[in-house]
This record gives sequence, structure tokens and C-alpha cells, in this order.
Amino acid sequence: MATEITSGAVSATDGNGAATQNTPAVPPNGAANGTPNDAYTGQEYIVRAKGVTKSYEVGGQPVHALRGVDIDIRRGEYISIMGPSGSGKSTLFNMIGGLDKPTTGTVFIDEVDMAQLDAYELAWLRCRKIGYIFQTFNLIPVMTALENITLPMIFAGASLDEQMEKGKRLLEQVGIGHRMHNKPSQLSGGQQQRVAIARSLANEPAIVLADEPTGNLDQKTGKEIIELLKKLNKESGVTIITATHDDKMLDVSDRIVWVSDGRIDKIKRRDEVDITVGTMAGVH
Amino acid sequence: MATMSAAPVKIERQISLPFSQALRIAFRNITVRLGRAMITGAGTMLGIAFLMSVFANGLAQQASGVTITEQVAQKNTWLVIMSLLVSAVGITNSMLMSVTERYKEIGTMKCLGALDNFIVKLFLLESGVLGFFGSLIGCFIGAFFALISKFGILGKLNWGLLFAYMAMCLLIGTLLSIIAAVGPAMRAAKMAPADAMRSEI
Repeated sequence: MATEITSGAVSATDGNGAATQNTPAVPPNGAANGTPNDAYTGQEYIVRAKGVTKSYEVGGQPVHALRGVDIDIRRGEYISIMGPSGSGKSTLFNMIGGLDKPTTGTVFIDEVDMAQLDAYELAWLRCRKIGYIFQTFNLIPVMTALENITLPMIFAGASLDEQMEKGKRLLEQVGIGHRMHNKPSQLSGGQQQRVAIARSLANEPAIVLADEPTGNLDQKTGKEIIELLKKLNKESGVTIITATHDDKMLDVSDRIVWVSDGRIDKIKRRDEVDITVGTMAGVH
Repeated sequence: MATMSAAPVKIERQISLPFSQALRIAFRNITVRLGRAMITGAGTMLGIAFLMSVFANGLAQQASGVTITEQVAQKNTWLVIMSLLVSAVGITNSMLMSVTERYKEIGTMKCLGALDNFIVKLFLLESGVLGFFGSLIGCFIGAFFALISKFGILGKLNWGLLFAYMAMCLLIGTLLSIIAAVGPAMRAAKMAPADAMRSEI
């Protein structure tokens, strides 16, 4: 009977154990509602990729985008992925973000094997576990800033009060509370990206994936966005994974991953890399 | 512990797009792109106006004692079917354009956790709403132009049947718009979320 008293935690572990046997492990209600429980957040790694390869055919020619990638990403880490276009960077990034499935190998996101998920579960994962930030901001143009932020909450089934309260709080957090009723077209690039960042955090994700988040911004605004991401990373402990060319981004990263020719070239901690912003000195 | 490991949690219930919210978003999409929406709606309107005018004409002739020959009736049916087909193709075309225009938006929504059926729902609702209003206007326009020159027999007209025809036209127009949008909506729903990441516009 003692187990029933602590049913919250017990049922969570149980749900996992049971789920891994037949259906993929997706946390039961407790965790789904955003209340972290030890069974779920206790794991050290949020992303674990093992022997990931990805091949597809273009015009009858096989293309090997990834040729065997292993990477473990810890909870709360700030990771930057670098690599020229065609290196497989985007493919790896999409893989980590649950947007693409590996040809061989496994990707675990928050202890969930991506390959086992069906369309519903993938959507669930994208909705609750992963927040996306895009180079081109990708706000829904017909909706106001606040509505953009509450959209993922609608999908997640939040009540209207909850949506409004959390939406406003998030907008305050990213520093544009005063623009909540503006449409994206009435906002500057930096402001739009702030809305996008707030939107990515709408359902308290475990990971925020940012694809060249400063690519369409000027230096100064880009720096502000990077500082905001780092602040959120420190304050709420959300794991941030970015694909970037921006040296300013490397400066705040915990680890930097270089991808080339479908493989991970090297992974270095920030303190091992000698970067003076503006040059690539020491990165070899 | 047996009770604990009962049925695994169904995911479908955890992601939802309530009908009211979907309708709100569909309305928003229509009002924001009002010009485009009106062109789409106009297609339905014209088709339905023609259908309604044929119905109303028939009623007016009935009221004035003229019997319609088999041949004329057949010709009318043929014309009505053609006009409805033309409007359906117009709607499909217009919705396809709308999907292409919004592919990034759709990809983004999928990244935010939208299921395929949310996207289908949004596009069908949008087309259905346009079809409803287009048909509503079409009904009145068709009836008006069919009866404007026949003041004399308005008293003898079977008004009950006229309204029944109007309701029928409304239903046909709305359904036609929804069916015509199924193809584009499915195409939108099949879009990969990773498409949202592509930087080119």
C-alpha cells in the first residue's frame, strides 16, 4: 500500500516501464502536464544519438548525408553545431529535433526512441518537448504576437486563462510585453525573433532548437538575441541547441560541435576553443 | 501493481485543436486575405447563383402556367452541372495556391505540434466558410435576377419551394467548396515540418 501513497512518482516510472515494452515511452499525464517528476528529468542526457546515418536518393544517386554520428547532449547544455552547407549539419539538426528519422542508428530524445514514434507521438513530442526557433522567425503572419505564442498552448490543450497568463508572462520575459497585440509585420526582426523565442518556450520544452537564429539579424540585434537565449538557458535550464555560423554564438556555448562530410569532426568545450569574436583563429 | 500498468496513455487526447479555435483561425485567415478569399467565394457564388436562377425560373414558369419541355429541362441540368464543375475547379485551384503560399506557415504549425488532421481541418473549414457565404449571396442574386422581370406572377409563386431550393443551394455550395478543398488540404497536411526550416521564400 505504501506504493500507492507515492503514486505520483511510482506511476510515472511504471508508465515508462510498461510503455517501453509495447508502445514507445511517452510520459503519462503527470509529466505531460508540465510538472516535472524525478523519474523523467533525473536522466543526465536529453539527447543521445548512436551510430546515426541518413541516406536518401536524389535523381537515382544515393546521398549519404550522415555517415555515423554519435553525440550525447546533457540537460541544460548550450550546444552549437557548426559546419558548411552540405556537411550534414542540417540533417543532424533535424534528427535531433525530431523532424527527421535516421536511416540506421538510434536517436533518443528525453529517453524516447524516435524511430518507435508514430505521427501522433511525434507531434506530441514537437508540441511538448521541443521548441523551435527559425532563421526566418516563422511567426504566423495573420496572428498577433500573443496569439502566436498561445498557438502551441492551444494544441497542448491549455485553458484560455492559462494561455493568456502564460503568454503575457513569456512576452514580458523576452522583453516585448508592450507589443503583444501587434502583428509580426508591425514588428522589427529582433522583436519577431523574441516572439519566436517566447513561442518556443510556450509548453516548457526540454529542448529549444534554434536554426541560425541570428542569420537574418544585424550584429547588434543578433547579440541581444544570443544574450536572451543564454539568459533563458541559465534561468530555466532549458537545453539549447543551435545550428549557426555566428561566432558570437560560440562564445556563449557550453560545447561546440563541428560537422563535416556527414561526420562529427570534433566536439570542444568552450574553454578549449580560442575565439576572438570576428575571427576563426584557433579553430582547427 | 497490475492496475498501474494499465493501458498506455493515448497521445491523441493530449494534442487537440478545438473546433471553436479552428473556426476562429479559419475566419482569421479569411479576413486577413479578404481579396483572395472573395475571389474564391465569388466562384462558388456564381455557380450557385446560376443554379438558383434555373430553379427560380422553373418556379416562375410553373406559376405562369408554362410547362417546361423535357429537352429544356435536360439542357438546364447539363448547364447547371457544368457551372458547378467549373466553380469546383476554381475553388480547388484557389486553395492550391493558398497552400503553396502558406507552406512555411503550415510547416511551422507542424513544428509546433499540429497533427495532419489539424491542417486538413483548417483548410476545409476555411473553404467551407467561404462556400457558405458565397452560396448565401449566390442564392439571393440568382433568385433576384430570375424573378426581377416577372413581377406579375410573384403572387402565384410557390414561395415555400423557392426557400427550399435556396436551402438546397446553400447546402450544395457549402459541400461543393469543402469537397473541392479536400485535395489541397491533404497536400498541405502531407508537408514535412522540416520544410519550415528552409530559408528560401
